[in-house]
Amino acid sequence: MTDQTPVLRLEGVVKTFPGVRALDGVSFDLRPGEVHALMGENGAGKSTLMKVLGGIYDPNEGQIYIAEEPVTIASPMQAKARGVVFIHQELSLADELSVAENIWLGELPHKSFGRVDWKKLYDETDAILKTLNVGFDARTRVGDLSIANQQMVEIARALTVDPRAVIFDEPTASLTDAEKVVLFEVIADLQSKGVGIIYISHRMEEIFKITDRISVLRDGGYRGTLNTAETNEEEVTQLMIGRKLDLSRNESHHELGDVALEVRNLSCGKLFEDVSFSVRRGEVVGFYGLVGAGRTEIAETIFGLRDPSAGQILLNGEEVRIHSPMEAIARGISLVPEDRKGQGLVLGMNCRDNMTLPQVDDLTAGPFVSDGAEVAIFDQYRDKLDIRTPGWRQIAGNLSGGNQQKIVIGKWLSMHPEVLIVDEPTRGIDVGSKSEIHNLIRDLAAQGYAVIVISSEMPEVLHVSDRIVAMFSGKVMRTFTSEEVTEDSLIQAISGLEGDKVA
Amino acid sequence: MAELTKKGIGGFLARQGILVAFVIFMVGFALANQRFLAMDNIFGVIRSSAILGVMALGVTFVVIGGNLDLSVGSMMSFSTIVVLDLHDKIGPTLAIPAMFGLTLLLGAFIGFLVGYLKLNSLIVTLGMLSAIHGLTLTWSGGKNMDIADKQGTWFSIFGQGDIVGIPMPIIIFGLLALVLGLILSKTPFGRKIYAVGGNGQAATFSGIPRARVVFFTYLVSAFCVATAGLLQASRSLGSQNTVGQGYELEVLAMVILGGASLLGGSGTILKTLIGVLIFGFIENGLLLVGLEFYVQDIVVWAVIILAVWLDIAAKRGRLWSPIA
Ligand SMILES: Nc1ncnc2c1ncn2[C@@H]1O[C@H](COP(=O)(O)OP(=O)(O)OP(=O)(O)O)[C@@H](O)[C@H]1O
Ligand SMILES: [Mg+2]
Repeated sequence: MTDQTPVLRLEGVVKTFPGVRALDGVSFDLRPGEVHALMGENGAGKSTLMKVLGGIYDPNEGQIYIAEEPVTIASPMQAKARGVVFIHQELSLADELSVAENIWLGELPHKSFGRVDWKKLYDETDAILKTLNVGFDARTRVGDLSIANQQMVEIARALTVDPRAVIFDEPTASLTDAEKVVLFEVIADLQSKGVGIIYISHRMEEIFKITDRISVLRDGGYRGTLNTAETNEEEVTQLMIGRKLDLSRNESHHELGDVALEVRNLSCGKLFEDVSFSVRRGEVVGFYGLVGAGRTEIAETIFGLRDPSAGQILLNGEEVRIHSPMEAIARGISLVPEDRKGQGLVLGMNCRDNMTLPQVDDLTAGPFVSDGAEVAIFDQYRDKLDIRTPGWRQIAGNLSGGNQQKIVIGKWLSMHPEVLIVDEPTRGIDVGSKSEIHNLIRDLAAQGYAVIVISSEMPEVLHVSDRIVAMFSGKVMRTFTSEEVTEDSLIQAISGLEGDKVA
Repeated sequence: MAELTKKGIGGFLARQGILVAFVIFMVGFALANQRFLAMDNIFGVIRSSAILGVMALGVTFVVIGGNLDLSVGSMMSFSTIVVLDLHDKIGPTLAIPAMFGLTLLLGAFIGFLVGYLKLNSLIVTLGMLSAIHGLTLTWSGGKNMDIADKQGTWFSIFGQGDIVGIPMPIIIFGLLALVLGLILSKTPFGRKIYAVGGNGQAATFSGIPRARVVFFTYLVSAFCVATAGLLQASRSLGSQNTVGQGYELEVLAMVILGGASLLGGSGTILKTLIGVLIFGFIENGLLLVGLEFYVQDIVVWAVIILAVWLDIAAKRGRLWSPIA
């Protein structure tokens, strides 16, 4: 397999944006039938590299070869025509159209007089969907699908041509474990057909499970390629961020204070029912469950975005009714939402303004917003969270996915809330920053904040939580302390299986 | 395909798309007609742009907030007629605040429908365009409105007076632009308008009362319309019922020409001012060159489309792109 012609080869690719050298002479090659991981910190240039390959950006320098033939790729269509297809980090589907229309958009099968051949369209789509083993069909409206299923539509879209190379940019960021298994099967299948696969992800377990080689980018520069079988997590991390990490479970415990937030028999229609729990000052409570278990909806109810149909919310022992995020914020509740582009950021606004948005009323000097106060907050959290950006004036939409997430986290940390709720806080965040964010969450608790962490990643929940609430389909199955929890018991609880209720 | 983001002359020109179009036209007109760059002509252009310009300031607020306001033209007719009518009935000192009050009421009504009831702003303001026109005709009984004693009233100072040689409309326009510019770029309220227009959901998640912000953008717009009505009435001291007809589109074109996005979340008062001036100078230039007014219309709109295209091309770095 080593001496086959590479399906794709890059030589000295450079791409600059104003103030940023996003790619600085990157070279590497993709062989047929291999899964090639591309790793690097947030903002290292991974997505940019893929966009150069996909004809979305023109490189400033460098050459791309497809099957050793020098090419220029001017548009995604051209890339696709040459057999190079992409699953982008950010979904790009039309909500109002059906699955089939989304998949074939721009190349719908036609009958005479330009009429769309619907039957053919649906049949071919269903055939592709079948290989992906998904639970929806060609006629489903995309807007009705979960994020995970939308991801599957993106993948199906890539399979409409006979691809030579398929590039996945963080495909698993919002997939459940079961869906991941399906995805890995699809990848293995492509691999066996001799397709080259570039796989971008921040998740080490996956990288070591499915890839053959690992290439590392750092600050836009190429740092080398390793054979997966001959390396380990530590070496890769070292190459990516230049230091080692602490990946242990949460052992430290600090003094717990009074109950800051208590929820009693809270229900919201069918979304979640009869949920009770409490969070003390100084405590981190993890909510673990499958996507759709109702965790986000609980957070949204506490934050005033939904009205509960029954039950009570108590802050510092006093019952409160919260009808809007404005009221929630006034009472010291912060929510880092799950969807950073939709709910977390105003993409067209600069980084600083995004970060200070919830408190802009308080940052005034006379009638005007105080520039100094805003910049001070931004600088503080840029340093604390290691946000990579040429400056606060950068438009949030131009940051890499992970750095965008950090802006959202900074925005809510800077509010100094009493109760901090974070929903999937490290989605798309690199290993280095992830452990920084975990430490930060622990620190905040140590300072007396009450913290709720919603996550679909078991290591994350185990790492940060003092207690873990396991949820299944809108109900609390069981609450664990960090001493008694085991991976098996947790999996059992979130799958809805009746565990032994001895504990 | 030309790469326009690269350094160099071509890239710079493309990035300044609208300004470039502006400069080309200015130079062309100046060559074609000596009078074009004369001081009195320049003053004249700014002065005659003032009324539309004032309205454009308000519409900028609405557009940044992510909505449209197509009712400003007929609302301006309403303000003009009302203040002229009340001038003779209750005197100018009371007529002016009364007219502002009534116009703000109309703005509040639109703001309520679009902000709190979340109705589509295109539909609401298009409907209001007709409804307010009907209101104006009802008020005036369909007749032109004239001030009886045109010589004896101080009411004419807003449209005809001047301070140290600078015409009042220009002063009012300038002051309003300054104040609104500061509000938009420097105050928390301004910031919230950008947030609501840029991503309403994220604004809500940040605790910003979206409905209230939208409501206030329409109040600002109505205030500007009332000011424009005052200028118009004071300048002519008499008016038809249809004086503001068609202004809504010209005003919107100025705002978009300046670079505000119809999708909301972007634009500034300064950019709108540029849009207003470009519009004014192009119209004036064509007039001096001696084109018929109907030919002018065609040229003006062709220029606008060209400028907007150059602007978009500059943003995406190519003259044409398969993706947005
Ligand atoms: N359109 C743009 N304009 C300006 N800067 C940009 C643009 N796109 C990307 N960048 C910058 O280029 C750098 C690389 O970004 P890129 O999205 O490729 O990172 P990434 O490796 O994919 O990170 P992540 O893991 O967070 O997704 C970042 O510093 C980013 O801010
Ligand atoms: Mg990326």
